[in-house]
Amino acid sequence: MINISDFVEMKIPAQAEFVGVARLTVSGIANRMGYSYDEIEDIKIALSEACTNAVNHAYKEDEKGQITIGYGIYEDRLEMMVLDRGQSFDYSKVSEKLGPVDSDKSIDQLSEGGLGLFLIESLMDKVEISGEDGVVVMMTKFLHRDGVEADAGTISSTPK
Amino acid sequence: MNLQIKQEDQGNTHNLYIAGEVDAYTAPQLREALLPLTGKESHETLVHLGDVNYMDSTGLGVFVGALKSSKEHGSTLKLRGMTSRVQRLFEITGLDEVIDIEDAKGGSK
Repeated sequence: MINISDFVEMKIPAQAEFVGVARLTVSGIANRMGYSYDEIEDIKIALSEACTNAVNHAYKEDEKGQITIGYGIYEDRLEMMVLDRGQSFDYSKVSEKLGPVDSDKSIDQLSEGGLGLFLIESLMDKVEISGEDGVVVMMTKFLHRDGVEADAGTISSTPK
Repeated sequence: MNLQIKQEDQGNTHNLYIAGEVDAYTAPQLREALLPLTGKESHETLVHLGDVNYMDSTGLGVFVGALKSSKEHGSTLKLRGMTSRVQRLFEITGLDEVIDIEDAKGGSK
């Protein structure tokens, strides 16, 4: 049973200057929900990466598209959906390139892009991407009010 | 949502002081400031990131591009004074292994 307590939806133009607007919004929502400072920063980055991907991949032409962002606010988690209706990109192709930088590779082989989806997967607890009608990126971050450490899938915020 | 860049030159050493947010909107500004410097043979560019309060993969991409440029043109690129938040991004992505980084506490890797 779906048990949404609150849902926020916004549409932004698919332009880089509006990614920061979405970021400010999610910062406010996550702060209200009680996430820690580090978690809020992670959420801001993940949402920005998804929006940036939508801006870059979805609307390559001059067409002025829009990105729809939904924030599902649950008792125990925040779900963020980023939807663009532009041309979908080939996720399986993109995900092949995902991963941390391999220091054995030469610098020429480093990719300037492609780190965005990797960061989303590193910073969020759950990520789902579907690409049938435009691209939908669904990201979930659980809220650990009791202070219990997040599951092993998340990366510790403690510096190495 | 803005980025401030201040440049100070001492001979062949360039200091870039970056403040604000590096994202998809502001990253081109950073790239324009940085790439002409890394393109100068045997010059050294120090990028000071202590006042960067937000960065994502678009910012990392600029530094990957700048690193490539510096290797190509025989110059040096060093990142200095980044916060633990920003440094964490470099660590997650493994870029801390290939870029010369010194954190706020000092001690180059």
